[in-house]
Amino acid sequence: MTEERLIISRKTNNKFFIMIAVGIVLLIAGIIFGAAGGGAEHGAEAGHEAAAAGGHEAVSWTKRLFINLWMNNVYFTGIALIGTFFVAVQYVAYAGWSVLIKRIPEALSYYLPIGGVLMLLIYLFGSHDIFHWTHEYLYDINDPRYDPIIAGKSGYLNTAFFLIRMVVYFALWIFFFMWLRRESVNEDLYGGTSYYHKSIRISAMFLVVFGITSSTSAWDWVLSIDTHWFSTMFGWYVFASWWVSGLAAITLTVIILKQNGYLRMVNSNHLHDLGKFVFAFSIFWTYIWFSQFMLIWYANIPEESIYYLERLGGNGGHYKWIFFTNLIINFVFPFLVLMTRDAKRQMIMLKLVTIAILVGHWLDFYLMMMPGTMREGAGIGFIEIGTALVFLGVFLLAFTKGLTKASLVPLNHPFVEESVHHHV
Amino acid sequence: MNKKFVLGIYDDEDVLLHAIENIRAAGTNIYDVFSPYPVHGIDDVLGIKRSRLPIVAFFCGITGTSFALWMQIWMLGFDWPMIIGGKPHIALPAFIPVTFELTVLFAAFGMVITFFIVSRLKPSLRVNVFDKRSTDDKFVMAIEVKDGETDLSALNKLLRTNGAVEVNEKEVVK
Repeated sequence: MTEERLIISRKTNNKFFIMIAVGIVLLIAGIIFGAAGGGAEHGAEAGHEAAAAGGHEAVSWTKRLFINLWMNNVYFTGIALIGTFFVAVQYVAYAGWSVLIKRIPEALSYYLPIGGVLMLLIYLFGSHDIFHWTHEYLYDINDPRYDPIIAGKSGYLNTAFFLIRMVVYFALWIFFFMWLRRESVNEDLYGGTSYYHKSIRISAMFLVVFGITSSTSAWDWVLSIDTHWFSTMFGWYVFASWWVSGLAAITLTVIILKQNGYLRMVNSNHLHDLGKFVFAFSIFWTYIWFSQFMLIWYANIPEESIYYLERLGGNGGHYKWIFFTNLIINFVFPFLVLMTRDAKRQMIMLKLVTIAILVGHWLDFYLMMMPGTMREGAGIGFIEIGTALVFLGVFLLAFTKGLTKASLVPLNHPFVEESVHHHV
Repeated sequence: MNKKFVLGIYDDEDVLLHAIENIRAAGTNIYDVFSPYPVHGIDDVLGIKRSRLPIVAFFCGITGTSFALWMQIWMLGFDWPMIIGGKPHIALPAFIPVTFELTVLFAAFGMVITFFIVSRLKPSLRVNVFDKRSTDDKFVMAIEVKDGETDLSALNKLLRTNGAVEVNEKEVVK
């Protein structure tokens, strides 16, 4: 196999920097509007009511900023983590078809260290804005705001243990990512099958770690925002959302690289398999979504159904349109468009669907985090778009840098020949 | 009426694929090729069109969806309205599992039944095995002989020059 190096031109890199710059400008504009304009007034009003009803503070621009940072970081960290997960799954399954594209999911994980640092910083500075349970008074039995339910969860939900878990997750993920990546790059240099066999063992270990940490990190970072509420499906739900966005990101990157003249050996058969992945797991996500929804809807227990009330009729119906958009963009659209064989083999269809899914699952995370924190004060304005652009720019910088670090096609992988002749 | 076939026996997959291409290019009509296992790319060289079974599946699935929704809405909403768990008579979320199951059931049964009909599979079907070795280690290419039209020696030569290890003739009772 001949080496294929990706060259990121100065122009492309500048595009990413412009993306970040535009994001920052929008952010600053949003903050100025938020701090000075009607947002604060509205926030104060709603805050008083909410404070009386549920013990929540006024929605300030700092709170909005921190929640946006957190949401985007969880979303992009998830996609980065899926990179290593995809590679591990392919190794453990002895897959041959995916060898030609495996450098793309590998490079996705280059965002993990950045995501880890950001996660820590955002938590350290904004924990009170994001997580209701971080307030000390909830655990003080003499305080009128004492909350016996949250106090009962303090064995798991406390700052020290939360931080330890966060550091452990990232340490494990980055460790396995770097280990797998090193084996992969060394295989290019020295050849032989020993790297392949070793990678299978590393992948098997990583999958066990991933199975546990993907679930617990979802409880920590997303579920604990709605502290009173609980759902046993939640770990799966967040995983499904990350997984399908990760698959969409991989597919979209393959198509963009292909259209720019790279990955010459990749043909419509590989795209077909990627399309099947995206199609299948958008249905999988819907299955998990519905399993969670239907049990809560059917049982109709107040402490459970509050979650959906907040997203449908509650909060002044503020989230209703996102609730249904979420289902249409992440299920109905990919389901109908990618149903036929031809659609999965055409770049234009796949591009449409993968972009829709990436936007759709960003909205999915928005819907998971905003109602529990911003209440009626949420919106999609300068701050939201600005933060998303900054994160996208940083993510693309890390990702493309990872892509340039090794050949785009593995040179000595034992199944690379099989992948070249892949035929569906 | 009996039909006569010329059988070209091959023992290599790649030779077979090239032979099919060359023989079809020479204007000879291949009746069928029998192989012990699925050969990648053989559909393309034989010029077999893609199956239209997925279209059947789609419409059977839609039928299943509509039938399931109609059935539940009519039964629980109009024919015998009951209050179950304090939900409205027509409660869509509760109908979705049944709707899903019936969609899958209709699509699956529709596909299997259509497949049986289209490929004329039935219990009384008599299958002509041209050469038993096609279930073991040989590929068998069958070409129909039309009386007065087919030049047997030329066909024999064509098959042999394209790598056939053996050329046989076989008469099949219809």
